[in-house]
Amino acid sequence: MMLVFSLFFLLPLLLVTIVSAWDYNEYEMIPAFSMRGYSDTFEGCIADLPNLCTILKTYLKTLKLCLLTWVLTLLIGFTVAYFLAFHVRSKTWQIVLTLLCTIPFWTSNVIRMIAWIPLLGRNGLVNRGLEGAGLIHQPLEWLLFSEFSVVLALVHLFTFFMVVPIFNSMIRIDRRLIEAAYDAGATGWQTLVNIIIPLAKPGIVIGSIFVITIVMGDFVTIGVMGGQQIASAGKIIEARLNALQFPAAAANAVILLGITILIISALTRIVDIRKEL
Amino acid sequence: MTTTAALELVQLTKMYGGVTAVDAINLKIPAGSYCCLLGPSGCGKTSTLRMVAGHEAVSSGDILVGPKNVTNLPPADRSTAMMFQSYALFPHLSVIDNVSFALKMKGVAKSARHAEASKLLELVDMQPYAARLPGQLSGGQQQRVALARALITSPQILLLDEPLSALDPFLRLRMRAELKKLQRELGLTFIHVTHGQDEAMALADIVVLMNGGRIEQQGSPREIFNHPRTEFTAKFIGGHNVIALNHETFAVRVDRLMLKRPTETVAGPSVTGTISEVEYQGTYVRVVIAVDDGPEISAQVTETQFDAANYTVGERVRATWDPTQASLLKTASSATIRSPERAA
Repeated sequence: MMLVFSLFFLLPLLLVTIVSAWDYNEYEMIPAFSMRGYSDTFEGCIADLPNLCTILKTYLKTLKLCLLTWVLTLLIGFTVAYFLAFHVRSKTWQIVLTLLCTIPFWTSNVIRMIAWIPLLGRNGLVNRGLEGAGLIHQPLEWLLFSEFSVVLALVHLFTFFMVVPIFNSMIRIDRRLIEAAYDAGATGWQTLVNIIIPLAKPGIVIGSIFVITIVMGDFVTIGVMGGQQIASAGKIIEARLNALQFPAAAANAVILLGITILIISALTRIVDIRKEL
Repeated sequence: MTTTAALELVQLTKMYGGVTAVDAINLKIPAGSYCCLLGPSGCGKTSTLRMVAGHEAVSSGDILVGPKNVTNLPPADRSTAMMFQSYALFPHLSVIDNVSFALKMKGVAKSARHAEASKLLELVDMQPYAARLPGQLSGGQQQRVALARALITSPQILLLDEPLSALDPFLRLRMRAELKKLQRELGLTFIHVTHGQDEAMALADIVVLMNGGRIEQQGSPREIFNHPRTEFTAKFIGGHNVIALNHETFAVRVDRLMLKRPTETVAGPSVTGTISEVEYQGTYVRVVIAVDDGPEISAQVTETQFDAANYTVGERVRATWDPTQASLLKTASSATIRSPERAA
């Protein structure tokens, strides 16, 4: 266990951190200590103040996409999990419906993303439909290759990662607690706020960690659905890798890792997950 | 502190699909009394309680709390409060927040509701634990918190669903006494569901024995124990022999059965048989007799009586009783009778 953990997690992480502190030129990396990877990344940031430099803008954009995706997956995921846990009475139907949620995962991420393109394109189903219905006169440009389509695809891809842990927390809630709340005169909404949400918190935090870590590092979805026009933290790393600037890519990876760890540790402050697992 | 109310059930019925769980029962429980709904599992006692509480829809019939018909009201408007089996305390809330939960739902300000909850915690002697979470309390402590939580709405009737079943035997006896004491002090109507006849006998002013969705017999514990009317009652309440004699069935208390030698003449009714077992029980000796062509019966004889006769296993013996001490049982069709052994 420890061996697998060190071999496949700690060692690569260590290598990335080491490489991030190496020097490099246009075509090769030089194994000598240098902070060029970092200083290049933040080049001009201080000089440009009060305007934001590219790297900060990119991170803000990534955070914005991440936040939007998190809010939407949380709302949808919580609702779906609530429905599954409290409105579907029989165990069999709960299992059937949960399995139904996993069916999209039988196709790859990329295919599920690309499937949106014929729907959202200039001459796609949605635009044609709206035009046919006389609601719009010219195609909506913001449907595809926009932040909208990126968030839509991210939500589509990752809502299930929210559903499963929240559902798991919810089915462990003793039904008698809900009866006891009803007995004490709580309305449905009061029960949700005072009993169900606090008790589903571990699931919410675990689901949030899944979604946030995936979206922060994502570059494929943002690339494809954003028409390669939207910059994100993941895309910076990809661009550096394509330019064979491995130390710079590694430096960006370390920065991204640091930011993600900050967000996660803030989340785990809210709930002690170790207690719940 | 609180007023209390009588409970009346009129033709109360509960159907689950085609199955009748509670079959048109009528029941009047005077205000301020301790009533135990007793019966084997599946007899309808819990369904009855849950209908009174408002957690189960009534199929037909009415529930009256005092003069008010509450049949279709939500639980919070019924002047009843329920203490759940295994208590259902909110695991994420502290003891004081658990107790004051109902007031929070009503929108009472924090300081006011905590003051009210503190009074109740004092009543159940749990004041020092106000800040703890339920998971940090013992079973008995959890029960007291659950009691305080149920009492915060000033209910007129307190409903208890098998309140002692989650406790170990020693604690059960202690909490049983506490429940009775609390009921006496508050003067509230308690409706307590249980499958333990000893619990019902010790606590209740009125025992309502249920079987198959109907009330088998109701009355004070002494009435029920001394005058069981049916074979089911005699067997469920325990301590009785059911003896068939001359096409009639009698219930005779085990301690009212007298043992004689077969040669002795007896005045009253009697059965003869062979002693199949002798068990020394400390305060008494239990003698099991296999009646000729009949079931086994058991007699409880004092140590002195036993020593005088010195019965041994395999010996022939005649069991007799004073006919005034026996209860003639209504001969019910035996198909509807559940044996108490199977009752959990």
